Amino acid sequence: MSDQHNMRLSLKIWRQANTQSKGQMVDYDLDGVSPEVSFLEMMDQLNEKLIKEGKDPVAFDHDCREGICGMCGVVINGQAHGPEKETTTCQLHMRKFKNGDTIVIEPFRAKTFPVLKDLMINRSAFDEMIKAGGFVTVNTGQAPDAHTILVPKGDAELSMDAAQCIGCAACVASCKNASAMLFVSAKISHFALLPQGQAEAQTRVLSMVEKMDELGFGNCTNEAECEANCPKNISISNIARMNRQYLCAAATHPSK
Amino acid sequence: MTIKKLDGKVPGGSIQDSWNNHRFKLKLVNPANKRKYRVIVVGTGLAGASAAASLSELGYNVDAFCIQDSARRAHSIAAQGGINAAKNYTNDGDSIWRLFYDTVKGGDFRAREANVYRLAQVSVNIIDQCVAQGVPFARDYGGYLSNRSFGGAQVSRTFYARGQTGQQLLLGAYSALMKETALGKVTLHTRSEMVNLVMVGGKARGIIVRDVVTGEFTKHVADAVILATGGYGNVFYLSTNAKASNASAIWRAHKKGAYFGNPCYTQIHPTCIPVHGDNQSKLTLMSESLRNDGRVWVPSKVGDKRNANEISEAERDYYLERIYPSFGNLVPRDVASRNAKLQADQKKGVGPSGMAVYLDFRDAIKRDGVNVVKEKYGNLFDMYERITAENPYQVPMRIYPASHYTMGGLWVDYNLMSNIEGLFVLGEANFSDHGANRLGASALMQGLADGYFVIPYTIGGYFADYKPDGLKTDHPEFEKAMHESTDHFKRILQVKGKRTVDDFHRALGKIMWDDVGMSRSAKGLGHALKEIPAIREEFWRDVRIPGTGQEVNVELEKAGRLADFLELGELMALDALERPESCGGHFREESQTKDNEAMRDDEKFCHVAAWEWQGEGTKPLRHVEELKFENVKLAQRSYK
Repeated sequence: MSDQHNMRLSLKIWRQANTQSKGQMVDYDLDGVSPEVSFLEMMDQLNEKLIKEGKDPVAFDHDCREGICGMCGVVINGQAHGPEKETTTCQLHMRKFKNGDTIVIEPFRAKTFPVLKDLMINRSAFDEMIKAGGFVTVNTGQAPDAHTILVPKGDAELSMDAAQCIGCAACVASCKNASAMLFVSAKISHFALLPQGQAEAQTRVLSMVEKMDELGFGNCTNEAECEANCPKNISISNIARMNRQYLCAAATHPSK
Repeated sequence: MTIKKLDGKVPGGSIQDSWNNHRFKLKLVNPANKRKYRVIVVGTGLAGASAAASLSELGYNVDAFCIQDSARRAHSIAAQGGINAAKNYTNDGDSIWRLFYDTVKGGDFRAREANVYRLAQVSVNIIDQCVAQGVPFARDYGGYLSNRSFGGAQVSRTFYARGQTGQQLLLGAYSALMKETALGKVTLHTRSEMVNLVMVGGKARGIIVRDVVTGEFTKHVADAVILATGGYGNVFYLSTNAKASNASAIWRAHKKGAYFGNPCYTQIHPTCIPVHGDNQSKLTLMSESLRNDGRVWVPSKVGDKRNANEISEAERDYYLERIYPSFGNLVPRDVASRNAKLQADQKKGVGPSGMAVYLDFRDAIKRDGVNVVKEKYGNLFDMYERITAENPYQVPMRIYPASHYTMGGLWVDYNLMSNIEGLFVLGEANFSDHGANRLGASALMQGLADGYFVIPYTIGGYFADYKPDGLKTDHPEFEKAMHESTDHFKRILQVKGKRTVDDFHRALGKIMWDDVGMSRSAKGLGHALKEIPAIREEFWRDVRIPGTGQEVNVELEKAGRLADFLELGELMALDALERPESCGGHFREESQTKDNEAMRDDEKFCHVAAWEWQGEGTKPLRHVEELKFENVKLAQRSYK
């Protein structure tokens, strides 16, 4: 095997017992980390060591470890998902680090995402915003033949670019205002670019934006940190599209 | 106890009409009465989310449960390549009959014909439904839907959304679920793990759930329970499944009496990124769609360790194209996996470990240009490069088979109801449609077929003869089930041993991979049947769980799931031993043709094995459901 157990790391990790308690940074040394393993496999290695020493392992969220479920995500040396562009924490590999490196690991922080334990956070606010209108109202069985709805290839591609969002919340964690506008605008764009999304386009943007504000997410001040840290390369042009849609809906929708 | 002959309750008449006739005969529940019923749905992947949303739309009250922090994260999301449907949009000769035929043959004649036919029939409605929801499928310049080919078929019937089809389909089902949640008809319980099934009067009436954040156990009552909790591929420790994917829900139901169908039918996917070392936590799949344009090869010479690009055309063995000229690189998964293993066994494997073969895009890039290849597979190539630090545009990918999908699962009848009344099982969690081998792009199809288009009808048929009785969770059976669960977790915490959960899981995984993996023999299975109970015993003597049960305790969650895998693994080995024929993904070394193809024994084994739990330490009972092939003639599969 190609394992070369040759890296020694100093880790500084946020430890917090639960939502109510106060957390703190704790230092750990970890030896024998292969450059071939993923960041989370390095964390597994640390946890096995802690368990064997009778200590409490570090809790972190993860599931598919293929960069698609959106469950994982920590701030690594100040960057959401770490240094590699367009890469989730689970797909980041230790070859991006050097022997002797100090790595600071923190949860995605935002008022709207309470810490559950250590690096695990509660992101249910994202579900709440989808509930507010992130869907096409069509019941099972109502659909006509798929080819009665034609979608120009360019629109389908743009819609897919937005729909790729994995809901990891790195955008919120990267934003100094803890704004969720990249996430919300990606969902709004996904539907706004398709004919299927038109019937509810105005109510969708009004109600999702209203919910976003109500939950306490901040506003966008155009610094594009969200785009820079998005593992799926979601473009901030979606925010502009959402703002246009919102403006138009706010001015013309009968409820306004 | 005697062996039962199970009845799959397949409706009579011609197979083309059976689902229509059956739907007409199923009794209906009046719309006003539907709101008197409550349904529990466990799991929010394609099958669970689509079922929960569709049942809610009909008027039922639904409680949906998932272990992740959001319903959108279920592992259906990771499916890359696509979803099959018999639309024949490409005018290349597809039809419902052909999809049915390909699936029965692909499954090596070990699936129930009528289920497969229904699956092919509703496949066309699935695409319509998903498009209406706004799933951004790939399109041609005219705005029409685009298709590609997958293994085991000679037509292009696979619909896709880049390499993220599962994600987009799941987001569709999830959005339908959230729409119903917003209306208050679905109550969603996230970070909640089902730890027991509650039976009252012989019927499934509820579940016990553990909140993985607080450790609190709660009781939930309903008129029917639907399990859509996916497969058990993680029994191998290393697999393409998500880390939390587990068998606990179906295993707890099995221990309450639900029969387990064909546990030994597991799918080892041929194109995964090879193992890098001992600290590996999971394996990553590279979509089967890559075999449309990638050519699989190994060096012709044993032990040739030169770089791929230094090996000339004449020194390469494109073994799939050589052995299977008509299907070539697009043979079904079981055939592709087994052949990769054969190459590695003959010391022709590549890479540092020798446990890999090449998947080469050189010729596709030469023919179509880098941009065309990038458009089709760009994100897969990027993912490969992130994991391996090699650029597949320049050097061939290295791939090797890995545990991916389980065709086995809880036994269900044509209505998707298990042998326990009121317990329905959908998607990968059931055993039904894929026989002994699943074709690519058929898992998404089955999950959504079960959830959108089958269960909404069949559950009505069940409820029409069942009256809601106002049962509450203070019934003694709920108390009993609750105690079983809290005791079980207490017992795990009390072991206070020395070894970690992963340590035991790796030990189990090694036995499963070596003895119950791609190639099985009486000797290896005997070994597994001796070793697995020993590991289990050791687990209960020496596992170490830090912390308590009243907080986030990931090790405790993992231990609960592993305790079940340690029992299920043994059943898989037993089922494999008692099926001495080879079929699909179940390859018994003793039963092969002279050119190493799987050889079935239709005389003795043209049946489903459905196992009944008999208590700890007692051998389970093997019931059978005979399979009849009246529409597709039983024949030795050939892809040559």
